[in-house]
Amino acid sequence: MDFAIESVNLTKYFGMVRAADNLNIHIDEGELVGIVGPNGSGKTTFLNLITGYLRPDHGEVRYKGKNITGLPPRTLAVLGIARSFQIPQLYFDLTVQENVLLALAIRSGEGGGFWSPLSNKNRVKEGFEILQQFSLEDYCDQKAFELPEGERKLLDIALSFAREPQLLLMDEPTSGVSVKDKFAIMDTLVKILRGRVTSVFVEHDMDVIQRYADRMLVFNEGKVIADGAPNDLFADSKVRKILLGKD
Amino acid sequence: MSLLRKRLLTQPPMLIAILGTLIIFALVPLFIPRWGLFLLTVAWAKAILVLGIVFLLWGGLVSFGHGLYFAVGAYAVGFGIKVLGIREGLVLVGLGIIAGGGMSCLLGLLLARYRGIFFALLNMAFSMVVYALLLKFYRITGGTDGISISPPTLAGFMPSPTSLRLVHYYFTLGIGILSLYGAHRFSSSPLGYSLRAIRNNEVRVEYMGASVRRAIYIAYVLSGILAAIGGVLTAFAVGHVVPEYSYWTQSAEFVFVAILGGTGSPLAPLAGSIVFEFVRNYAFKLSPYTWQLSLGIVLLLIILFLPGGLWSLTKPFAHRGTKWILQLNR
Amino acid sequence: MTTLTVILIDGIIFASWLFLVSVGLTFIYGVLRILNVAHGSLYALGAYMGASMVLLYLKTGATPYLTYFVLLVAAIFMGIVAGSFIETIFLRRVYKREEEVQLLLTFSLFLILEDVIKLIWGVSPYFADKPYALLGQMRLGGVIYASYAFLLPGIALASGATIWFIVNRTRFGKIIISVITDREICTSMGVNVPRICTFAFIIGAILAALGGAFTAPMTALVPGIGVEVIVLAFAVVAIGGMGSVGGAVLGSLMVGLARAAAIHLFPELDLFTIYLVMSLILLFRPQGLFGEVEVRRI
Repeated sequence: MDFAIESVNLTKYFGMVRAADNLNIHIDEGELVGIVGPNGSGKTTFLNLITGYLRPDHGEVRYKGKNITGLPPRTLAVLGIARSFQIPQLYFDLTVQENVLLALAIRSGEGGGFWSPLSNKNRVKEGFEILQQFSLEDYCDQKAFELPEGERKLLDIALSFAREPQLLLMDEPTSGVSVKDKFAIMDTLVKILRGRVTSVFVEHDMDVIQRYADRMLVFNEGKVIADGAPNDLFADSKVRKILLGKD
Repeated sequence: MSLLRKRLLTQPPMLIAILGTLIIFALVPLFIPRWGLFLLTVAWAKAILVLGIVFLLWGGLVSFGHGLYFAVGAYAVGFGIKVLGIREGLVLVGLGIIAGGGMSCLLGLLLARYRGIFFALLNMAFSMVVYALLLKFYRITGGTDGISISPPTLAGFMPSPTSLRLVHYYFTLGIGILSLYGAHRFSSSPLGYSLRAIRNNEVRVEYMGASVRRAIYIAYVLSGILAAIGGVLTAFAVGHVVPEYSYWTQSAEFVFVAILGGTGSPLAPLAGSIVFEFVRNYAFKLSPYTWQLSLGIVLLLIILFLPGGLWSLTKPFAHRGTKWILQLNR
Repeated sequence: MTTLTVILIDGIIFASWLFLVSVGLTFIYGVLRILNVAHGSLYALGAYMGASMVLLYLKTGATPYLTYFVLLVAAIFMGIVAGSFIETIFLRRVYKREEEVQLLLTFSLFLILEDVIKLIWGVSPYFADKPYALLGQMRLGGVIYASYAFLLPGIALASGATIWFIVNRTRFGKIIISVITDREICTSMGVNVPRICTFAFIIGAILAALGGAFTAPMTALVPGIGVEVIVLAFAVVAIGGMGSVGGAVLGSLMVGLARAAAIHLFPELDLFTIYLVMSLILLFRPQGLFGEVEVRRI
């Protein structure tokens, strides 16, 4: 039985620090998993290792049974893995619409075309629909750098979502987003993703995790110290001590 | 009107602009003297080259070595006539494209891996090697004297000595308009946008699943081909090719024109090139000791106060044009 | 004398010259992260100023043995004047912009200064060869050398040592290293970063002018001497690693010896040597011998 994503003895050192310590994690297709832990516990490192941004010192990453360790981000994107970033990675000089259109063009394999236009009717329509799903359609013509922080985050997620990935990894999707918008964004996202896309998101906000995640992985010092349903784990005093600093 | 329909209607009318350019420049010979026609011909030839420089600038890359391809195209004409006995201009253009394209396909394999200053310097180094080659092998290349080009037939038609300038002009104009159109298609294509995305955020492009190196490689090869075409057309117009075409100051001149015109539109290099050729001509006649000074000051002012180049001056008009089109469709 | 010895001597002399003309460029890049195309102009300004001052000095009838000191003074003067002018009025405005724009700004300054030199000193060749002729010639193992040529390694060593001393042994040097590492933190700690940058640029300008000043006696000065120097300096800096003075030493030695070997063994390769060395090094080590790789953080 192949897991959607699986890490086997995954280890990464930064000098003396074990950012990832023999991680054996598996996630099934369609799961919505939240990753939590104090700063420096290895959450982002784990994401970076899975998405090919870092090479592990030991161990393997498997995607649907296939060994994808150390493959470059580009290959992983083609395989159906997409990632959004803690600091929104956008094309700041392009308009919001152009950002999305480019993502769509690359997804449909036409990213290298140099004769047909980027803005063809179908693509514009599809791009517009995606922007509407993320409530960004009013910003269509604005350059990405003009967007406020929350909208930048949304666009960043929209761009990875435009790839129609089977596995979507999100690094702190609600950080920098106002409290008012946080739940609206997550409602939208989870509604689209649930059951269809395997989603893993790193979060600091416990409310978000509690509300949306089916399953929670607690990281600490490069290891996973707890794995289960969020409500169950929050009741555990050991977990609470690590996450919240209190009993 | 629906938001979606509004989106689809406001595509910038570049095709009209290109057509307009064709008509304007087809009629221009009626109004300007022959020496002005010569300057315009050279300006158009170099504008074709600068289109390639602009492609690379979109990707955040500056090349201080495109004189290499300029020289390759020019000397392809020289060798084509002298060694291969070719007498037809179109064939020579084809030869230039093959030579420039072949060279850029080869060098691009190496150079597409570099960015920033290293990209600029490596290009420069290769162009200086070619310069040295052109000087050294003087038996074939004519050394510092270069090769003189006797006018070939253009599309089968042998121009008379009096109509030579005019025919060269229209030949160059024709190829120039085709290049403009090609650049327009490229600019609005996914690859064109990828280049601009690469300049902003290479990592994201890779995460989206596109190959940054491939995009840069293609842009580089296209720029080499365009530069070679520019070299061929310049060789026809000037009638002489020299090793200095590959010297770094020639390459720097092309970058200068690109910045002068701006990178916002395929028409911008044309504007920059024409302004450059005419200003340089006058500045030199006015005071041979200070024309570099004037150019330097112009470049300085553009960098400090008009970073989008001369073309950014047309922005307010483009905006009005778009609004006007929207109103018409209400 | 064996060919090997001749190659070694020629190589070291040429390497010294290369070092003198490129150390300023790499130093400025190291501190300011700007590749200064106007470096060629600073070199030329140093050459012309040095020549002028020497000629003026000799008119006073004083001892010609002090002309070397005059050249030094001229270079320092030119470096301070031109350097502070360029940095404070022009360079400062583009620190926040992309490196291509900064490069083009320095290129525009180069164009301007080329003509400024023509306007001040004219276009006829300028001679100030007294310092060169004064030292006469010497015979080494059957080969005749101009003694002046052996001054160059000395000056190169002296400049290299001075830079090393400034960077590693003075408080100013430590501040420069901090600024290179992290500008913002320096500002928040009260360091007057803009002033440090100006000083650093002036040092680089003095070095460039020094290269020009001590080359002047060896040749007839004509407009455009800066043009070729720029490519050579770029190549040495790229080979050695941008910003590394040690790299400039090693790079100059490599190119100097390679070119000397080429001249004596494969004369056809003379013009190519420097670019071939550069291409080879950059092929296998894109950041140069002692250069740093920049990694993008997300």
